[in-house]
Amino acid sequence: MAVPKRKTSRSNTRHRRSQWKAAAPALVICARCREKKLAHTVCPTCGTYAKRRVLDV
Amino acid sequence: MPTPTKGPRLGGGPAHERLMLGNLATALFEHGRITTTEAKAKRLRPLAERLITFAKRGDLAARRRVLTVVRDKGVVHVLFTEIGPRYENRHGGYTRIVKVGPRKGDNAPMAVIELVEPLQEQVVAEATGATKRAAKEKAAKATPAAKAAPVEEPTADAATDEAVEAAADEAAPTEAPTADGAEVSTEDAEESAAEADKDDKA
Repeated sequence: MAVPKRKTSRSNTRHRRSQWKAAAPALVICARCREKKLAHTVCPTCGTYAKRRVLDV
Repeated sequence: MPTPTKGPRLGGGPAHERLMLGNLATALFEHGRITTTEAKAKRLRPLAERLITFAKRGDLAARRRVLTVVRDKGVVHVLFTEIGPRYENRHGGYTRIVKVGPRKGDNAPMAVIELVEPLQEQVVAEATGATKRAAKEKAAKATPAAKAAPVEEPTADAATDEAVEAAADEAAPTEAPTADGAEVSTEDAEESAAEADKDDKA
């Protein structure tokens, strides 16, 4: 079975982990309540989508 | 006619996917709208619409075809007697999928899939039911004698949630002063009188 020959150095570990980033979601403004929400989804604040009530908030 | 599904099945295999989609279709026809993951909603839509097309045809053969997917005879009866005739004048597009954002536990994208036309009646009925319940509780807390309010409110035409809430808000304060307000006012009067006596003695 293939095994690593060397211990991964702290430098290599940290370089690898520095590329591991979270991307901020692109939000849009809800037309009804002016809160930020995900595009093409129901607004979690006012519970509407396309002027139609979808969720009870 | 739905296009055959490409890629891997949902769940553990083809049989598992058939069972899950059958259960989802049963739940959809039973409740009118269900919340599930986006992937399942997208897989369910062609199947559910095909079942509704069978329901519109309405004969015994169609009923037996539907019963191979939806095993619940009660739900199939509702499908053929209520849901099918409702879509008499609609050629496809019986369901609507609305995305509702990621789920808390595993961040899975969720969606609401609902039957298109019963939406108005059912959702409004549920919403007004909830607001009526809230109003009833509020009224019960305010005064035990305010049982007249919940009787009157169901008769009122609840077109929008705001109207019902506004009515409840209007109803509650008018009834609250009859009992609580009176007690509070008498207590206040006694306290003020006592304070006035103290002031006189001082």
